[in-house]
Amino acid sequence: MLNAMAHKLILRVYRYKPDREPYYDTFPVEVPDTANVLDAIERAWDDHDRTLMFRHACHHASCGSCGLRVNGCEKLPCVTPVADYADGATLTIEPMRNFPLITDIAVDASPLFERMQLVGMPIIREAEPLRADGKTIFPEGVRDFDRFENCIECGLCLSACPSMAADPLYLGPVALAAAERVLATSSDSAKRSRILELIDDEHGLWRCHSAWECTEVCPYQVNPAEAIMRLKRIVAAEKFKRLFHR
Amino acid sequence: MSVEVEPKPVGRKPLQWFDVRGRRVGMWAYVAMRLSAIGLVLYLFLHLVILSQLAVGPSAWDGFVALAKSPAFLALDVILIVGILAHGLNGLRLTLVGLGIGVPRHKTMLWIGLVLTLALALLSALAIFAAEG
Repeated sequence: MLNAMAHKLILRVYRYKPDREPYYDTFPVEVPDTANVLDAIERAWDDHDRTLMFRHACHHASCGSCGLRVNGCEKLPCVTPVADYADGATLTIEPMRNFPLITDIAVDASPLFERMQLVGMPIIREAEPLRADGKTIFPEGVRDFDRFENCIECGLCLSACPSMAADPLYLGPVALAAAERVLATSSDSAKRSRILELIDDEHGLWRCHSAWECTEVCPYQVNPAEAIMRLKRIVAAEKFKRLFHR
Repeated sequence: MSVEVEPKPVGRKPLQWFDVRGRRVGMWAYVAMRLSAIGLVLYLFLHLVILSQLAVGPSAWDGFVALAKSPAFLALDVILIVGILAHGLNGLRLTLVGLGIGVPRHKTMLWIGLVLTLALALLSALAIFAAEG
């Protein structure tokens, strides 16, 4: 049997309501040392202030809805152990950046889904059928599932990307990783042309200045930065070829 | 069915470029790249202002040359060399990974660039101060 010890934290939480200036609230909480940061936020809500608004659903890094920043760094609090922080530590809890803020630490995630739709990557995927021997039957044109399929659309990469701060219309890491996946798996020339046109744009691929933060904060090792570098190579090669085939 | 929608604008906040709280080495390199770029552009204008002393006459230029040989000014030269090396070598790294070369080893390339920057800056400092010593 596990004997959980009590873990004390001070949560310094960003508060925002549309009718007043943003401020920070401080909530002392005590949770088991086996708990995650989301449990601590829920404890603050339960013990101190039930007007505190935050997004969450599954509690196991499947839905991707609880993303926020802990001490300035993007995290999925549902899988971030409180034991990562010293007993008695102060955690500054803030909403994700580069998303419209609804209230407190809850953001409007629609910019993420709008970008995914632009790329044509299905948000709700079709079921992935299995053969009798348990192996996956791949959709037509798909040879293998890549790391991109791990993406839970949490938006941490959009929040961490510094280029998003300079261009609100930048496609961003997740959509570019999806575009790379589409190019890698589709032989449909019309679809490929549309994707190439979309990413080779002032709000596209070339906005990435290689800070690598998207890959660093991704909770599922999707590695968008490497996908973007592969895309840059593909697009640069296409442009180079066009120089000699006018 | 696919739906065409425009991304929702989220507002410009370029100061985020310099927010390194909780960030890793790639973001530090990103910030260093921007700060060194700003420094080099400022240096370019300073350089042009200094060259304009030539138009004033020999006495003004001789006065500047005497100032340029002071240890504090020579230290500024070393800082300039650090900026040029750091910016140039990191730029080379970004060009390579942008072409898909050495992508999984981008952090190693960063550390190599940093070591080269420090080593070459040290050699330059020794040469500069020995020449004026």
